Amino acid sequence: MTGRIENAVTVHNVSKSYGDVEALRDLSLDFPRGQLTSLLGPSGCGKTTLLKIIAGLLPASSGEVFINGTPVTGPGADRAFVFQDFALMPWATVLRNVAFGLELRGVSRSEREAIAEKYIIEVGLKGFEHSFPHELSGGMRQRVGLARALSVDADVLLMDEPFSAVDEQTRRKFQEDLLGLVQNENKTFLFVTHSIEEAVYVSDQIAILLPRPSRVMEVIRPSGFRDRDVNSIRRDPEYLDIVDRIWASLKSYVE
Amino acid sequence: MSSLILWGLLWEFVGQIELTFFLPPLSAIFSTLMEIGGTKPFIKALQETAHAFSIGTLSAILIGVPTGILMGKSRLIDELLLPWVNLFLSAPLTALVPVLMVLFGFGLKAIIITTTLFAIWIIVLNSRAGVMQINQSLVEMSRSFGASPLAAFTKIYFWAALPEILGGVRIGFIRAVKGVIIGQLLISIVGFGSLFELYASNFLMSHFWAVLIVLFALSFVIAEFLAYLERRVEYYAARR
Ligand SMILES: Nc1ncnc2c1ncn2[C@@H]1O[C@H](COP(=O)(O)OP(=O)(O)OP(=O)(O)O)[C@@H](O)[C@H]1O
Ligand SMILES: [Mg+2]
Repeated sequence: MTGRIENAVTVHNVSKSYGDVEALRDLSLDFPRGQLTSLLGPSGCGKTTLLKIIAGLLPASSGEVFINGTPVTGPGADRAFVFQDFALMPWATVLRNVAFGLELRGVSRSEREAIAEKYIIEVGLKGFEHSFPHELSGGMRQRVGLARALSVDADVLLMDEPFSAVDEQTRRKFQEDLLGLVQNENKTFLFVTHSIEEAVYVSDQIAILLPRPSRVMEVIRPSGFRDRDVNSIRRDPEYLDIVDRIWASLKSYVE
Repeated sequence: MSSLILWGLLWEFVGQIELTFFLPPLSAIFSTLMEIGGTKPFIKALQETAHAFSIGTLSAILIGVPTGILMGKSRLIDELLLPWVNLFLSAPLTALVPVLMVLFGFGLKAIIITTTLFAIWIIVLNSRAGVMQINQSLVEMSRSFGASPLAAFTKIYFWAALPEILGGVRIGFIRAVKGVIIGQLLISIVGFGSLFELYASNFLMSHFWAVLIVLFALSFVIAEFLAYLERRVEYYAARR
């Protein structure tokens, strides 16, 4: 180890316009491997846009994105997306939904269902394999979305406000689980959220974006409380400090 | 159901008092039905009609559904085809039948094409509507997990549009019944068309009604079956 952090995802001078709307301008940002980076910024500043460009779902107008040093030209097996609205197939069971990423990759049925089963248990949905999405609560549906993303074993997980459609208690539980995932899964997480507290709670690194046309205003790396017990993070002085600091810098953009 | 019985009784009554030769008693119609039901000409007519009908509807579905899905997916294809689909959907297709006769002759082919022509437009339009309301994030989901265009088509678009597709197929089916009978009356007098022609011109009213009832019953049963399929997918129609 040289002490230099290796980046799993590198965004280099990316700009994106939708017709006349300039969403991103010359945005550069690094995402360290094995860590969770949050994107935080005012509504409409281009967080989803950035995530979709990294996912290869949207082309950038200019600039480049690298995954493990390879430029992005489209979606790839090294990335998996967790959707805000879950994006589950309502006609398919939990099992098939979770296995769908593998199904598209041509993994045989027995093999992909065994893998899916493992992640269904991991996200706490054992016993619901043959339920349909409409029979599940919002929180459970997002667990399905998460299990689907985990089961393709991608290096990079892209999460666009994954917890915004679930209730507060579930959300807190998810945040704790997410910390566990970051610790155990050895994956790189890109996490979009609107909640300052959530960002500070789960992140190794927080990128604060400016309003449109968006660039990175500041990157904050909480250092002190990351290794502490998850239950005491919210009382940690550094945690409270950072929350205050972020709010102070974002306040001016909120009417 | 009970209203059906009531109307049946009324029919029987009107038939019994011999108000008009046009309407024999229902019981007489049914006994005629029993009589002709097993006869060779009847079976042959049923087969001819069923043959033209099933090929006609099947082609309407096999061509109509993919066309509709493609229109829903692609702006270009949509703009090219939509005016035609709308035109034919509302056009009086019966007036086109003579043209079809010139183009395709007086045989089975022209009848099948007539049937398809009656059924296909609503199937196209419904499939298109089903695809257009698809949840964009489902499409993005499949792309992000590396779906090929074909996989997206068969695993996402088709299923997402299935409730509308089945609705279209059901209505298309009802129109196809119209198509096949018109074909068998106008193009060449075969199948049920020939029975109608024969019985009506000989004033065999109870025969005429018997065939009509068989036709109604058959199309009702199939339409109900399709409606049942539609209800099977209804659970997700509202939640896409
Ligand atoms: N398909 C599109 N066509 C045109 N403009 C778009 C499109 N998608 C996004 N935009 C615009 O680009 C800007 C950034 O959108 P984006 O969805 O990335 O923001 P966001 O940061 O994710 O917002 P939010 O926090 O509300 O989810 C917005 O001003 C939006 O209006
Ligand atoms: Mg967004």
